Amino acid sequence: MYVSPIREPLIRGEKDYSQVTKDILAPMAGKPTRYWYMGITLSSAALLFGAWATFMTMYYGIGTWGLNKTVGWGWDITNFVWWVGIGHAGTFISAILLLFRQKWRTSINRSAEAMTLIAVACAGFFPLIHMGRLLLGFFIFPYPNTRALWVNFNSPLLWDVFAISTYLLVSLIFWYVGLIPDLGTVRDKATTKIRKAIYGFLSFGWTGSVKQWSRHETVSLILAGLAAPLVLSVHTIVSFDFATSVIPGWHTTIFPPYFVSGAVFSGFAMVLTLLIVARKALGLEEYITVNHIESMNKVIILTGSIVGIAYITEFFMAWYSGVEYEQYAFLNRAFGPYAWAYWIMMTCNVVTPQLFWFKKIRTSVVATFIISIFVNIGMWFERFVIVVTSLHRDFLPSSWVMYKPSLVEVGLYVGTLGLFFTLFLLFIRVFPVIAIAEVKSVLKSTGSFKKTGHHE
Amino acid sequence: MNKSYITAYYTDDDDLLKGIRQLKEKGVEIIDVMTPFPVHGLDKAIGLRRSRLSRVAFWGGTIGALIGFFFQAWVFTKAYPLNFGGKPYLSVPSFMPVAFEMAVLFAAFSIVFAYLIYFKLTPGAKPVIHDERSTDDRFLVVVKAGEPGESASIEKALSEAGAEGIKLKA
Repeated sequence: MYVSPIREPLIRGEKDYSQVTKDILAPMAGKPTRYWYMGITLSSAALLFGAWATFMTMYYGIGTWGLNKTVGWGWDITNFVWWVGIGHAGTFISAILLLFRQKWRTSINRSAEAMTLIAVACAGFFPLIHMGRLLLGFFIFPYPNTRALWVNFNSPLLWDVFAISTYLLVSLIFWYVGLIPDLGTVRDKATTKIRKAIYGFLSFGWTGSVKQWSRHETVSLILAGLAAPLVLSVHTIVSFDFATSVIPGWHTTIFPPYFVSGAVFSGFAMVLTLLIVARKALGLEEYITVNHIESMNKVIILTGSIVGIAYITEFFMAWYSGVEYEQYAFLNRAFGPYAWAYWIMMTCNVVTPQLFWFKKIRTSVVATFIISIFVNIGMWFERFVIVVTSLHRDFLPSSWVMYKPSLVEVGLYVGTLGLFFTLFLLFIRVFPVIAIAEVKSVLKSTGSFKKTGHHE
Repeated sequence: MNKSYITAYYTDDDDLLKGIRQLKEKGVEIIDVMTPFPVHGLDKAIGLRRSRLSRVAFWGGTIGALIGFFFQAWVFTKAYPLNFGGKPYLSVPSFMPVAFEMAVLFAAFSIVFAYLIYFKLTPGAKPVIHDERSTDDRFLVVVKAGEPGESASIEKALSEAGAEGIKLKA
């Protein structure tokens, strides 16, 4: 096969297949490093803070939050939308890039999918807890009950239940089916009996026979084909939570595409934040190269620009609609009491990603890390601006209020961050962070393959 | 029936493909090939049929969509009709999101379960592992040994086709 000489290899360093296995399994072997312990201590501390906040909410109710009669959605829904959005990058990388045959995704899809799962789990926590009574969470599912009542299928909040649960389940099986062959490798490489038994159990009896592989690829492809429209539908439906209401600032038809691109934007930022640290800590720089970072940065420029255009379009439409309430909602966002949040959002989401037009910045690991954090912050503020500034000045000026979160709400947010990093740190210890088989299958065509077992 | 078989391995996927073609020409019966990653073209070389999984996904998705749609329709027109702000009981557009999600859910689960059940991939299944390195860097070929007298000629064919580590197993 002809390989363009301009194209840089996806995997650096001359490697043969067994070297790939060794490199990728290395972070799972031996004792965790000091940084890992530091990370897990910090993140479990955050998780404990979250546990306290959850207890307070459960015990005293959502009166412990800063919400009031006018602002009924605050940090809870902000965090929900933010986390769901972060999840989208994983599916985008593993499904949409698979359909587009983007081979560079093989180094990052596994960890991005794991990130998706954890992020969606963090997201799902917020709608459940914002009901105030977590034990009644099952009320949202349509099950036959003694009240003979069903759920309201006309409500976007109910569509959300289906979208998020489907998304979580489909992402889970997609991720796990992809893991099975690699777990087989871990099983066969295991040195202790216990490890062998555990990974033997988890690998479902994988042998890697021709037919298993052939059908495995078919399953992956079909799942990708299903996950691609699914991921678009999920944030579309999340945006319906707002767009189908009559609140000025929410009632806009631009929301679905705007939310989806925002989701991919923030998700890629989170993937970068995590992987830039992970590649360094796990010594996987030859697998997750600067090229990977650059490619992701290009996605960030694209989606960031779409988000920027969406902000401007929204403003234009508010003026053009001639609806004074809509106009006021937008002027209030930009120049009202929450203007600081609006301008943080504008700077982080519209200005900073544009720096990636410069190749120097795009290929700099440090700059990318810093900008990715800016994007994470900016996208959180986007959701905050949408949720809170549209609500806090009601139709009746007598109900105008300000909202600020209580310590319990902050705790819930920090707690999900703790959960996210704790689970991710556990993930890198127990599962191969990079899809071993997939990397091997692109090793040759990218020109860094070292042929071994050469026999005369 | 003689159940003995011969295993041999390659260390490179291109050599494997070449070898498999040669073995096929010589009429060696290949039972299976175990590879550490999907080797493209191998399924054709072995003569695998096209997968029927896409049909499973189609029908799974169709059933999911129908269940999703008609369940909502039944709830809102028969089981407990409620009037939401004068909207029609059978509000087809608002049934679409749930019907779509159900379609995706059913399609995804039906192919994954079809796949796992077909290959008996279940938690804790204990497969026969001929060579532990076949999930690492060896491309393992398992061929029929034939009648006791024939195995020598098959072993010769294997080594001519570039395979290494030829072992006769019962």
